[in-house]
Amino acid sequence: MITLTDVHKAFGSNHVLRGVNLEVSTGTSCVIIGGSGTGKSVLLKCVLGLVTLDSGTITVDDVPVQDGDRDAFLARFGMLFQGGALFDSLPVWQNVAFRLMRGALKRPKAEAREIAIEKLRRVGLSPDVAEKFPAELSGGMQKRVSLARAIAAEPEIIFFDEPTTGLDPIMSGVINDLIREIVTEMGATAMTITHDMTSVRAIADTVAMLHGGKIRWVGPVGQLDESGDAYVDQFIHGRPEGPIETLR
Amino acid sequence: MIGVLARLGRTVLGSLANVGRIAIFAGETVSHLMRPPFYTREFLQALVQIGWLSLPVVGLTALFTGGALALQIYAGGARFNAEAVVPSIVAIGMVRELGPVLGGLMVAARVASSIAAEIGTMKVTEQIDALVTLSTNPMKYLTLPRVLAATLAVPVLVAVGDSIGILGGWIVGVTRLDFNSATYLRNTVDFLETWDVASGLVKGAVFGFLVALMGCYHGMQSGRGAQGVGRATKSAVVAASVLILAANYILTELFFSA
Repeated sequence: MITLTDVHKAFGSNHVLRGVNLEVSTGTSCVIIGGSGTGKSVLLKCVLGLVTLDSGTITVDDVPVQDGDRDAFLARFGMLFQGGALFDSLPVWQNVAFRLMRGALKRPKAEAREIAIEKLRRVGLSPDVAEKFPAELSGGMQKRVSLARAIAAEPEIIFFDEPTTGLDPIMSGVINDLIREIVTEMGATAMTITHDMTSVRAIADTVAMLHGGKIRWVGPVGQLDESGDAYVDQFIHGRPEGPIETLR
Repeated sequence: MIGVLARLGRTVLGSLANVGRIAIFAGETVSHLMRPPFYTREFLQALVQIGWLSLPVVGLTALFTGGALALQIYAGGARFNAEAVVPSIVAIGMVRELGPVLGGLMVAARVASSIAAEIGTMKVTEQIDALVTLSTNPMKYLTLPRVLAATLAVPVLVAVGDSIGILGGWIVGVTRLDFNSATYLRNTVDFLETWDVASGLVKGAVFGFLVALMGCYHGMQSGRGAQGVGRATKSAVVAASVLILAANYILTELFFSA
């Protein structure tokens, strides 16, 4: 279980997180929604230790994230970044097998390549993509490669940062289905950030809305439409009028 | 008045903080030399990028500088009937000063900019964050291989540049200034001492370290977007160039002051 308790984070005078409390149960898929610039990505990066907390605690299975062996901790995670974050200088298969070619999870090169091709197949990419470089792929293919990299080492916890941003509706649907299948198949705990309400309904077991630096509402995806919260209501229906201020 | 002083104070404090950050960055980089894992493939790639691919620019710079130096010393020496010193002064000037400094500056222009742009782009596209989530320390994977490669490659570039610079002087000396080829070469060899060459190579190692360090540091500190990467690249080249010239003076004082 991932537990965030009273998490605060500011960048200079910009207080992004103002006491976030959230629990994500093992084996469930939690989707965090919220407007742009509300700190959703920062929240994920805090869990991974990429951003240092100002105050509060984050634990994974009751162990504070800053304690213990960092490599062993990170080996439990996979992450799909918003822009893919594929390494330009490496061919696709080496991107996917990156973790399997170095460090504690190191495998022989041939085995790592085989696993990479298997994971590429899992996300619907043919083996001939393996030797290409990221710059030779379309946005949708890059997202899939990034997804393959996130699951290559079969992590217990997977983070997805805006997995469908910039993709057409069909490709978004494909990615959503893949994420749902992979999370169910692997029994992984998933945290996803998205603005895409189709994704929310496809991926989520629970939904949390981040607004004003705090979790405004959290509940099962089935109750999202009857949340009774004006902020959630405005957000999920994309209404310009409501308690969430919009700049005109 | 107080406003001016406050601004001045802020600038000084900011500069000192920056120096401190660079010193910590350098210390952390060097400390990774003692701690595995080591990324041999990345080191070899950096060696090719920094060393092998810089050879043409360093060689051409040295060739033209050696030739120009011979012409200048011949013209200047003629005032004192000392034209005969051309071979020895060209050799000493190249190996002690011009070879390492110009080689270092050319590498700074070519390498510091490319390292800063590459790492800066990796930072803004979250590739550095991705490295961390893949249990890979960016200092070990990106910084150490480049800094180590530059520290080892630039002295070799300096040695090659020294030779080509002396060759440039010889070509001009023999074809334009009517020197006898064998006499020119004998004078070059006779007047050069081992420490002349070695001091230049030590300078090269220091300059290589500074160039790669500045490239990596400014790349890692890069701001967002194209403008942020552009600013990081510019800062890397300016800082590396200034540090090379400052380090050159300090090393010359250390090596040659009476």
